[in-house]
Amino acid sequence: MKKLFLNKNTKDTTITLTGVIFVCLIVQLWMSFGSMSSLLKGLMVPLCVYTIMAVSLNLTVGILGELSLGHAGFMCVGAFTGAFFSKCTDGVLPDGIRFLCAILIGAVFATLFGFIIGIPVLRLKGDYLAIVTLAFCEIIKNIVNALYIGRDENGFHFTMKDSLSLGLSEQGEVIINGAQGISGTPNDSSFVIGAVLLVITLFIILNLVNSRSGRAIMAIRDNSIAAESVGLNLTKYKLMAFSISAGLAGVAGVLYAHNLSTLTALPKNFGYNMSINILVFVVLGGIGNIRGSIIATIILTLLPELLRGLNDYRMLMYAVVLIAVMLFNYSEKAKDFKEKLGFMTRKKFHAKEDK
Amino acid sequence: MALLNVEHLSISFGGLRAVDNFSISIEKGQLYGLIGPNGAGKTTVFNLLTGVYKPNEGHIVLDGQNITGQKTIDINKAGIARTFQNIRLFKDLSVLDNVKVGLHNLYTYSTFTGIFRLPKYRKVEKEMNEKAMELLKVFDLDGEAELLAANLPYGKQRKLEIARALATNPKLLLLDEPAAGMNPNETKELMDTIRFVRDHFDMTILLIEHDMKLVSGICEELTVLNFGKVLCQGKTSEVLNNPEVITAYLGE
Repeated sequence: MKKLFLNKNTKDTTITLTGVIFVCLIVQLWMSFGSMSSLLKGLMVPLCVYTIMAVSLNLTVGILGELSLGHAGFMCVGAFTGAFFSKCTDGVLPDGIRFLCAILIGAVFATLFGFIIGIPVLRLKGDYLAIVTLAFCEIIKNIVNALYIGRDENGFHFTMKDSLSLGLSEQGEVIINGAQGISGTPNDSSFVIGAVLLVITLFIILNLVNSRSGRAIMAIRDNSIAAESVGLNLTKYKLMAFSISAGLAGVAGVLYAHNLSTLTALPKNFGYNMSINILVFVVLGGIGNIRGSIIATIILTLLPELLRGLNDYRMLMYAVVLIAVMLFNYSEKAKDFKEKLGFMTRKKFHAKEDK
Repeated sequence: MALLNVEHLSISFGGLRAVDNFSISIEKGQLYGLIGPNGAGKTTVFNLLTGVYKPNEGHIVLDGQNITGQKTIDINKAGIARTFQNIRLFKDLSVLDNVKVGLHNLYTYSTFTGIFRLPKYRKVEKEMNEKAMELLKVFDLDGEAELLAANLPYGKQRKLEIARALATNPKLLLLDEPAAGMNPNETKELMDTIRFVRDHFDMTILLIEHDMKLVSGICEELTVLNFGKVLCQGKTSEVLNNPEVITAYLGE
């Protein structure tokens, strides 16, 4: 009987991972042999990016229980450090190794930023934390927009003014060109790599949640005073969850950057728009529900494209679907209904209301 | 030598002297009661003992180790565990996981081991499960191990809180109104449980309680607090017959 508990978590993880791998395989087969429209094909890598973002944000919002509106900022860090590395080593390293290194570098830098930003931010709670993460996200985006880095035979040049003040020699090239970003990043991303990264992300998060550290993180979410009284180090585990979440967002960023020929830090891709979009996926999928995040991301990313035939009405339909899902997930009547159907045998993230 | 030795403990919040010159000495294996009217400062004493507040004056010595002014985490590691007046469980975790969080510092493996499921993960998790189930069995909660803590009935939530506190392997257990909101039958059952915990785990227990039946039934010694000051201290029977205590707290 005791063994049963251990296996139950492992079973859940295995089911999720197998499901995702299975779906990815089908999509890959459909892409290679079937008649997938080019529009849909183009959506596949962004879909992986958004899913990784949503799953990693769920670690902060659902598992750690802190509302973060700055997730796109970490994606931005990962995207630019990864793309910068790729641009610098293009032609020096073989493609596969270069991309792998870019992913690692993006992840490491995003984790580092998560750690540094987490130290002050995680002292706050609730709305204040949300606002400050939002601010940090905007700061990162704006700094990247004003960043000029170039390279010539004398080494790297750096300025925050404009590309002329870099003082490059004739052979020099500008790598990050301020608001024009990085252009000519090698297009290394593909659906297969995206899917593999997604599976790795899921593996890390699901295993983390079902381990000693994950339990500590959830205990802190549920009751920080009690968690401290049984000897948990609040700062350590909060920072751990926040940095891992940021690092995985960085991975998504690298994937995103290598899917575009020109990478710029616009409000659309790295601003609060993106952060909130991702948060919508997480909330609609169910806060703390990893599988839900994946499903919500897929549906909400594909929906606007599938509704393209409706032209002007498609964003309206999108909004209607959002409201409908919200009602289905959170209204009391819907909860009763789902319980009757046996959907929610474990009411996971429900008890928070009466705090 | 006493297990817990507190001398001249005081704390003020602004102009209010919430605890004033509080001293107590608890022997190993003792069941000690802390009583007094509402607002007398009983929970504040608990918060001082567990490091939630730092005392302005005085010192706390646990088993020869000075723990005055230390952090809650370090005090827990030194050997004080507590329960709360208003239950503070990890509601969205299972009953088993609640106890396993209590075992956090006793059974360890790194986060890396946890994520990549190295052999040590399996071994330590298995030990944790066994230890946690053993504790749950003591409190007759082993049947509900997989339930969410929030879905337990009230009395069992109280028990789970004690089980979680015991999981940290303390030397001294602080119970803050364990019988609050319980009916007479549940209170009687709780008395048996507390006695059992003391004997089975060889535990020293300090408890705050308003239920005089429970206090007189299980506590060997009492301290009465009134307006932050110690009113009376000594054997239970003597304290409860003290005229001052009767006037201040018990009533004629």
